[in-house]
Amino acid sequence: MEKNTKVLEEVTIRFAGDSGDGMQLTGTQFTNTTAVLGNDLSTLPDFPAEIRAPAGTTYGVSGFQIHFGSNDILTPGDSCDVLVAMNPAALVTNLSGLRGGGTIIVNTDSFSEKNLRMAGYTSNPVEDGSLAGYQVHPVQISKLTANALEDMNLSTRAIDKSKNFFALGLMYWLYNRPLDQSFKFIDDKFSKKDPQVAEANRRVLQAGYNYGETVEIFTTRFEVKPATLPPGRYRNIMGNSATVLGLVAASQKSGLNLFLGSYPITPASDILHELAALKRFGVKTFQAEDEIGAVCAAIGASYAGNLAVTTTSGPGLALKAEAINLAIMLELPLVVIDVQRGGPSTGLPTKTEQADLMQAIYGRNGESPICVLAAATPAECFKMVYEACRIAIKYMTPVICLTDGYLANGAEPWQIPNADELPEIPVSFARDPEGFQPYARDKDTLARPWAIPGTAGLEHRIGGLEKEHLTGNISYDPENHDLMVRMRADKIERIAKDVPHAEIDGPAEGELLVVGWGSTFGSIKSAVRNVRQKGKQVSQLHLRHLNPFPENLGEILYRFKNILVPEINSGQLIKLLRAKYLIPAKGFNRVRGLPLHTEELEAAIEEIIGGNNG
Amino acid sequence: MAEVTEKPAQEKKLTLKDFQSDQDVRWCPGCGDYSILAQVQRVFPEFDHKRENYVAISGIGCSSRFPYYLDVFGLHGIHGRAPAIASGVKLANPDLNVWVFTGDGDGLSIGGNHLIHMLRRNLDIKIVLFNNEIYGLTKGQYSPTSVIGQVTKSTPGGSLDYPFIPVTLALGAETTFVARTMDRDPKHLQEMIRRAEQHRGSAFLEIYQNCNVFNDGAFFQFTEKESRADNVVYLEHGKPLVFGKAKDKGIRVNGFTPEVVSIADGSHSVSDLLVHNEEDTTLAAILADMTRNPGLPRPMGVFLADKRETYDAALTRQVAKARAGAADTDLQALLDGEETWVIQ
Repeated sequence: MEKNTKVLEEVTIRFAGDSGDGMQLTGTQFTNTTAVLGNDLSTLPDFPAEIRAPAGTTYGVSGFQIHFGSNDILTPGDSCDVLVAMNPAALVTNLSGLRGGGTIIVNTDSFSEKNLRMAGYTSNPVEDGSLAGYQVHPVQISKLTANALEDMNLSTRAIDKSKNFFALGLMYWLYNRPLDQSFKFIDDKFSKKDPQVAEANRRVLQAGYNYGETVEIFTTRFEVKPATLPPGRYRNIMGNSATVLGLVAASQKSGLNLFLGSYPITPASDILHELAALKRFGVKTFQAEDEIGAVCAAIGASYAGNLAVTTTSGPGLALKAEAINLAIMLELPLVVIDVQRGGPSTGLPTKTEQADLMQAIYGRNGESPICVLAAATPAECFKMVYEACRIAIKYMTPVICLTDGYLANGAEPWQIPNADELPEIPVSFARDPEGFQPYARDKDTLARPWAIPGTAGLEHRIGGLEKEHLTGNISYDPENHDLMVRMRADKIERIAKDVPHAEIDGPAEGELLVVGWGSTFGSIKSAVRNVRQKGKQVSQLHLRHLNPFPENLGEILYRFKNILVPEINSGQLIKLLRAKYLIPAKGFNRVRGLPLHTEELEAAIEEIIGGNNG
Repeated sequence: MAEVTEKPAQEKKLTLKDFQSDQDVRWCPGCGDYSILAQVQRVFPEFDHKRENYVAISGIGCSSRFPYYLDVFGLHGIHGRAPAIASGVKLANPDLNVWVFTGDGDGLSIGGNHLIHMLRRNLDIKIVLFNNEIYGLTKGQYSPTSVIGQVTKSTPGGSLDYPFIPVTLALGAETTFVARTMDRDPKHLQEMIRRAEQHRGSAFLEIYQNCNVFNDGAFFQFTEKESRADNVVYLEHGKPLVFGKAKDKGIRVNGFTPEVVSIADGSHSVSDLLVHNEEDTTLAAILADMTRNPGLPRPMGVFLADKRETYDAALTRQVAKARAGAADTDLQALLDGEETWVIQ
């Protein structure tokens, strides 16, 4: 039959199913294929903390949303255009995220009485007309999968495990994507280990694609043209992977061996996994007995001259607080990466949040100044982690780099940097015993010398007790303590002179400046863009350096009548801005474990500027 | 890669003075720690290490002030975390000779977790645990080795906590070298430091140490000259367990249970006695367990000296293998990943 092709600028698709249905894999495959086609994209994996919650339950639903287009894609999308629901629980939990008139593809084979009941349906929504506001495509995915594998003599379980590839194949057909990327993936992943599984997945993927091509229910397929990204070489990357690359790059460019002390914690563990597989770059990873052991081992490695890193999430950062303070007292380089998640306590391990900012800056005993950075997008984790390493080494200080669950698992195209053009990170170990003093400072940076064990003539003692200025000996002298407290604070303040000025997107002064930090960048930029398209003026400023702030920040803030600070917390950056600059900033706070909704933020912006400009 | 400058071979022999720092020693007069410091400073010069390759790591407590007084690279860390810090030092630079100085509170209470995991991994680190059965620096609370019923500031009605036997704990943590000595027997203390140094892997050395301020005399029956011979049995590899002022008593095992027998009254001879074997993990457990029996002499010496690859050597080997076998150690190739595309 005749099929039409319609060109779209952007689409948001959500794959949803049981946590055992392979939705993350399906989403990732669709993403990789879409990336290679040159679309801009942003993804949001949304999965439960339970590894395999009971099948059919609403709390066991795992989702993966991808927003892609031929224009500049900034967020994973407030709502989706297409929902692929592998069972009733996936439908009921994700329907509210589907726009009115959106498309639903359901696996009707899983709409059994039992599954309907578990999802809380009293009648089958596919048949009872309750989905009348949507375009519903019922597909017997399980049966069609089984048919495709009929002659292969596979177990029911093995057949069932392939059905996600049917959905993937169908979506590839619908959005005009080639199958090669996924064929290659199947080949790499399964061909050696289990050729039968590889063959089954290949067949089912093709069957899904063919189904779209031949059946009459899909009359239109869609095309999304490549995006006009800046020229260059690109790859698709998730935040945790970008973090790993940033660390290895900093290790290579500083000439220091990389040491990671870590303890498994969601959503940071992938950094440990990926670095553990990079021993060929001289990387040493140490899975410690606990979070404290992990950071302490990193401190030991730093003392001995490695580029030392510890990775964690909020609860782990809390446990590491005392040891981070030791690093502050010892004045040793240490990079702490906090992949924030929903809190407090165990909170929402697999969901995103920005509520560790205060913990990062202030969450330790005593006067404990520390440098804090935050990445704005998944790919930007590379740059900010590299920056964290540079600052830690240059200023002999721990640096906390904040990312979050959304950045960690979200993906976007990344313009790959040229390794040769990355800035060098100079390192100079103390070597000369003549006049050596462990706490003598560089006059510009106030950094003390890095004098590592094994250097003859530099034997000295350091520790957590207050240091005497210059000698580093134990000192209980009141004036010395006051001096050292100021010295440590001044050292961190001086970093402000060494980081880029804050930049304004939009008019340099006016009615409203929206100030954000971290992973809300895309939502804010997108909301600001939408408001501007309505002919109104609004400016945006996004902070990457949270402590110290860029030098010009205050001067910028004073130029605007209103300051709006959107955050995925109850208002943390806003407190810092108010305290430091004495400005009456307004907050926009949603703490749902999800990225901010562009539309809601848009409304908040419009409420402030009202009819005042444009 | 940044490398440590190699100093030409030691020109002059190191002496005790080379290991004395310029800091005033601030332990209470009469503290057992002075003897331990003196023996360490006496023995360290004998070893085949450059002074700059020694690293002393500690946590918090009286014992943890030790690194300040030893003129080597020293890191006075935070409470209980010395084994974790030391692990990082050793893994970053396996050429360093790393020693941890800790106490019964620091090592067995707040730092118990780090200690047991470092021991089981068999990192090539020496752990010297000063056991005085009390918290000294916080002024006299009971510790995880204080005896049941011990009256301290925090246990006015007597301690209810059942104590650890440090050597038993170390054996349970799969430690490859476990030994015990005391502050008041300098020769034996020196010998045990030598033995710990010679071991490749985690070496755990417990030292009975008198806190003359908060727990004076806790070990006197074992440490004082007049009572020591009848209350201590020195373990020597390949030799029968004989003790007593007149060398008239010995340890025999009845089944798995050690018992004291006389070798003077004709009932038993030396050939009936248990012969020590440092490489026998079962025997080590039996000997360590003698600690709980007040009717038996307290074993001092090397309980176990076992051989197992160290964690640091294994990690170094794994990294070296990965580097040797890898064609793709190009940073650009790593950044590129598997799939790239070009936008003109």
